[in-house]
Amino acid sequence: MTDVVLETRDLVKHFKGGIRAVDGIDLQLRRGETLGVVGESGCGKSTLAKLLVGLETPTSGSVMVRGQDMTRLRGGEMRRARRNIQMVLQDPYTSLNPRMTVGDIIGEPFEIHSDVVPRGKRQQAVQDLLDTVGLNPDHINRYPHQFSGGQRQRIGIARALALRPEIIVCDEPVSALDVSIQAQVINLLERLQDDFGLSYIFIAHDLSVVRHISDRVAVMYLGKIVEQGHDVAIYNQPTHPYTQALLSAVPVPDPRLRGHRRQIVLEGDVPSPADPPSGCRFRTRCWKAQPVCAEQEPVLQIRERSPHPSACHFAEINRIH
Amino acid sequence: MTDIKAQVDVLPGLDPRAPLLQINDLHVEFRTRDGVAKAVNGASFWLNPGETLAILGESGCGKSVTAQAIMGILESPPGHITRGEVRYRGVDLLKLREDERRRVRANKIAMIFQDALSALNPVYTVGFQLAELFRAHRGMSRGDAKNRAIELLDQVHIPGARSRVNDYPHQFSGGMRQRVMIAMALALDPEVLIADEPTTALDVTVQAQIMGLLAELQRQRNMGLILITHDMGVVADVADRISVMYAGRVVEEAPVYDIYAAPGHPYTRALLESIPRLDLKGQQLTAIRGLPPALTDIPQGCAFNPRCGYAKEPCRQDPAPPAYAIAPRRTARCHFFREVLGD
Repeated sequence: MTDVVLETRDLVKHFKGGIRAVDGIDLQLRRGETLGVVGESGCGKSTLAKLLVGLETPTSGSVMVRGQDMTRLRGGEMRRARRNIQMVLQDPYTSLNPRMTVGDIIGEPFEIHSDVVPRGKRQQAVQDLLDTVGLNPDHINRYPHQFSGGQRQRIGIARALALRPEIIVCDEPVSALDVSIQAQVINLLERLQDDFGLSYIFIAHDLSVVRHISDRVAVMYLGKIVEQGHDVAIYNQPTHPYTQALLSAVPVPDPRLRGHRRQIVLEGDVPSPADPPSGCRFRTRCWKAQPVCAEQEPVLQIRERSPHPSACHFAEINRIH
Repeated sequence: MTDIKAQVDVLPGLDPRAPLLQINDLHVEFRTRDGVAKAVNGASFWLNPGETLAILGESGCGKSVTAQAIMGILESPPGHITRGEVRYRGVDLLKLREDERRRVRANKIAMIFQDALSALNPVYTVGFQLAELFRAHRGMSRGDAKNRAIELLDQVHIPGARSRVNDYPHQFSGGMRQRVMIAMALALDPEVLIADEPTTALDVTVQAQIMGLLAELQRQRNMGLILITHDMGVVADVADRISVMYAGRVVEEAPVYDIYAAPGHPYTRALLESIPRLDLKGQQLTAIRGLPPALTDIPQGCAFNPRCGYAKEPCRQDPAPPAYAIAPRRTARCHFFREVLGD
């Protein structure tokens, strides 16, 4: 398994107040692959992103980048290892410093990692990056407010590319953008993946965007992965009731399906991550729940009726679309 | 006499046989330091009882400003309605005095917003805020008003309404808060509800709950619903008709089935094509090139022409394309609608 570039083992992050944001996540990312992570607000997907790039320290467990445990590295070793895993953030309005020029924003990684590009060649490197993401290299001295939302997201992508990472963690990279601009940014991310052999963790709540870009998909609920598999398996043959409910709730842009679509409407809200239900965390909203679901936590594994890993005692394929 | 409902029914010129809501050639501009931003440039549409009209468009297309103008809650200055009519049952609301306008608001036309947390007052209980409507508009006693508030929370399916009526907005989840806002909007039995991105801030499973609730309440009351959204999935699910807005104009107007089957305006077509679809997996998405125009500097002719694959010389010249009747109950502001329909 040498092509695994990123792996987490039993990754846990608890916050003050007993909030179990990420509660035991195992995932693997292979070279050139896109792993989509979907889930609703509060499921822990953004905390997971921060753990992966080292912006949060895990409570326990490990993040392995190319076999190196990131959580054990310190100082210079840590800095060098981090070059390999970069991040694109959701909000292009707040994630760029308004007082810095675009050139300084994209060039800042070179200041911190001064051995990557020699000082004299940095401006050229920044202009090349602007060109790579489809911005005008002559705009290097402009400020973020002089760009539109979609262009700002391109600036964020250029910054993530600066240190030539193998892995980019994209946390809701297009959810702040209008659909017509979303498509431009998704196309750019796909082109960059081909050009540079990048691996992506693509975190989003928009299931159709995730389906479009991902090779494999992990579905999160209350800090855990409840189902994981190839995109086709997850979208066409979901076996976990939560995945089924999530997929059925997505409105389909085709009015002819109105009234013919089977919709599973979940009751109530997601429970508090400070006090998750015993056993299966989804059981309080699940129509299949039995006494065993409260007593025994279902493991994420391949099951008799689930050809891909599913964390449900009663996992069973249920076509939604 | 404190019953304002009775007073609304004697508005001058009110004609029960006239269309429920009719917007004609509405123009709104914002006078700012950077110049005049033309947010709405001749929007026209109508709404019938029991019907759902979706106003579809991206950020800055003027859809929310149009709603604010209809409601009479446009911030002015800087916003100014420079031309047009907003007719409710034949009465032009823009010509009413503010006190008459107030009676129409909430009683006849109500609105819900994207962000329920900032739309509700954080320092009063939801019960107080709901009851206030009945006390101010219906002259009810405190006790009666509170009982009506509990009934309403029950109607929007908030569990344990009798105790939750004493909770503050921050004690509710996002979805429950949106239910409170719906209860507040529907308190005085309006005939028109304007919902401005009501589910955009919500998770998809909660979105399904809220859209289901709106549909149920609309059926019970035969209410006209204007749904303002950018989500083409939601529109396909609930709308009867669609008005697509771009740079402050309605560029296409059509029944929902027709528009998804064959869009008549290049912008509508491009929007539909930019949604990721299963059969296009692994291929490039069809992005719309460029950016929407700045509202202080809208292109001559058709505002979409610099981004449009169909654009030819006439598109770049004023006047803007008229609303061509392209089929029964369908209009599109595109000189080349025949080509667009044919593709």
